[in-house]
Amino acid sequence: MSRRWAAVGWGVFGVLLLVALWEGYKLVAPADGVLLGETRVLPRPTDIAMPHVWEMLGRLGEPVTRSPSAQMLWVVIALAALTTLGIAAAGWLVGVVVGVGLALVMQRWRLAEWGLLPWIVLSQTVPLIAFAPIVKSWGSKVEIGSFEWQDWMSVALIASYLAFFPIAIGALKGLQSPDRIHEELMQTYAAGYWATLAKLRFPAAVPYLLPALRLGAANAVVGAVVAEVSTGLQGGIGRLLVQFAGQASGDPAKAWAPIFGAVVLGLVAAGSVALLGVILKNYRRTEEAA
Amino acid sequence: MSAPEIPAGPAASAASPTAPASAVEVRAVDKVFETRGGLVHALEGIDLTVAAGEFVSLIGPSGCGKSTLMRLIADLDEPSAGAITVFGKTPTQARLDQEYGIAFQQAGLLPWRTVAANVALPLELHGVASAARAAKVGELLDMVGLADFADRYPDQLSGGMQQRVAIARSLAEQPRLLLMDEPFGALDEMTREKMQSDLVRISAETGAAVVFVTHSIPEAVFLSDRVVVMSPRPGRIREIVPMRLGGAVGGAVGSEAGARADAATRAERTDDLREDRSFFDMVTAVREALHGGTPVATGARGVENR
Repeated sequence: MSRRWAAVGWGVFGVLLLVALWEGYKLVAPADGVLLGETRVLPRPTDIAMPHVWEMLGRLGEPVTRSPSAQMLWVVIALAALTTLGIAAAGWLVGVVVGVGLALVMQRWRLAEWGLLPWIVLSQTVPLIAFAPIVKSWGSKVEIGSFEWQDWMSVALIASYLAFFPIAIGALKGLQSPDRIHEELMQTYAAGYWATLAKLRFPAAVPYLLPALRLGAANAVVGAVVAEVSTGLQGGIGRLLVQFAGQASGDPAKAWAPIFGAVVLGLVAAGSVALLGVILKNYRRTEEAA
Repeated sequence: MSAPEIPAGPAASAASPTAPASAVEVRAVDKVFETRGGLVHALEGIDLTVAAGEFVSLIGPSGCGKSTLMRLIADLDEPSAGAITVFGKTPTQARLDQEYGIAFQQAGLLPWRTVAANVALPLELHGVASAARAAKVGELLDMVGLADFADRYPDQLSGGMQQRVAIARSLAEQPRLLLMDEPFGALDEMTREKMQSDLVRISAETGAAVVFVTHSIPEAVFLSDRVVVMSPRPGRIREIVPMRLGGAVGGAVGSEAGARADAATRAERTDDLREDRSFFDMVTAVREALHGGTPVATGARGVENR
């Protein structure tokens, strides 16, 4: 229990340290920023480039615009973050299904592992920005019966493209992890492929899957935000990032609000998966005495 | 299990597969492994009959193929030549019919399952109803003396306790044959002797035949009706030594009536036997067989009493 509090304490300390660095730099830095020859390596400490921490936080509690009907900035950010979280979650789920599916195929057939794995690795070297517009334009042509492709689905698809990779790799390693002795034991019980999968491979894969799922969640959030920007989807945090950055010269603190929103979003996504780890804690035991 | 009343020899049993007297029959079995360094003859010309209810140990130096032989019986590997039957069936059929239970040197428990759930695993896989499963698991844990540990996880147990769970698990399907590959090899001496005494009792209680791989001479002598002494490269059976302990005559040699009589006398083996004259004589006999027939000093002196 005291270890848990220590962890919280260190977390708070890290945030405070960041605040202190920010404000400290603002206080002591030269007016023109830090230059290395002709190149500026650290920004000017002006209020436009680096608003005070309290200004950035305070701005969250003010209305978005001066219009009398305007909502509080934090409400707008929270709603946008929730929208993005929903899209990212959809992408994550698709990523889980695709990733685990690929891992199952690769575990079952060695030939599939040789054939697929290089392509899976290669897929992650294609820059997201490059194919986001393509996905969007393909998506807009999809129309099956009453089902019509929505723009958010393109974003979720791109998020899943980033999410599936760590999940596929982690799941493959996990499914391959049972000891030979356990595999032979299942063989002596005349347990078939599916029984072995359910009773041995999946439980044994849990310790590998959990970090992979968490990585996948963080990737899905990044993918969703970037895809929102590059497909121009309204309503999410990605759109606000671009929109508010455009207003930064007049209202510099406002531009930081969606960034905070994105950070919280990532933490919530990764934290939800950590919760999964608490539920499955018995699957993280090892046979040897701890 | 209903045993046939007529004492049937191995030859007779081969002719009537419905009531086979022998648990295991190994006929002219060779096993060759292809490795990068060339062909390795793991086993050559193995002939062995294990009667129902008989306790047979396989002993020999590393590389003599004793574990390989056990794996062939368990259908975890296939012989290169020759034939094996388990209760008159092919090893594959015997495996599918769950004719044998198996225990390895490592306990091989699933770490995410409790002790009870580990023992229940084979029953679960074979669709035994949960009430019947719980009753059977309780009975088995009583037998190995771990009833109080049913809800613990393997990492909360000592090595000896883990191994006892593994033995309970191997008995879950009430097999007529137990295959054990150095199950006590990783245990300390005290635990090991305790486990040996437990195994003598359990094998008598269940009436199962046991094929027991070990490299400890006293362990083989204490447990067995017969000790199969093997030699390496290529793995061959050098000699089969029947155990005559505490005045009882082990006359099994593959016949079931003999094996049943032996199982009865085996159940009476206690720790006192470890200090009995006949025990040392048998240890010497196995030692001499292991060392290729050259006589070694008889009696207690010079006996590796491990």
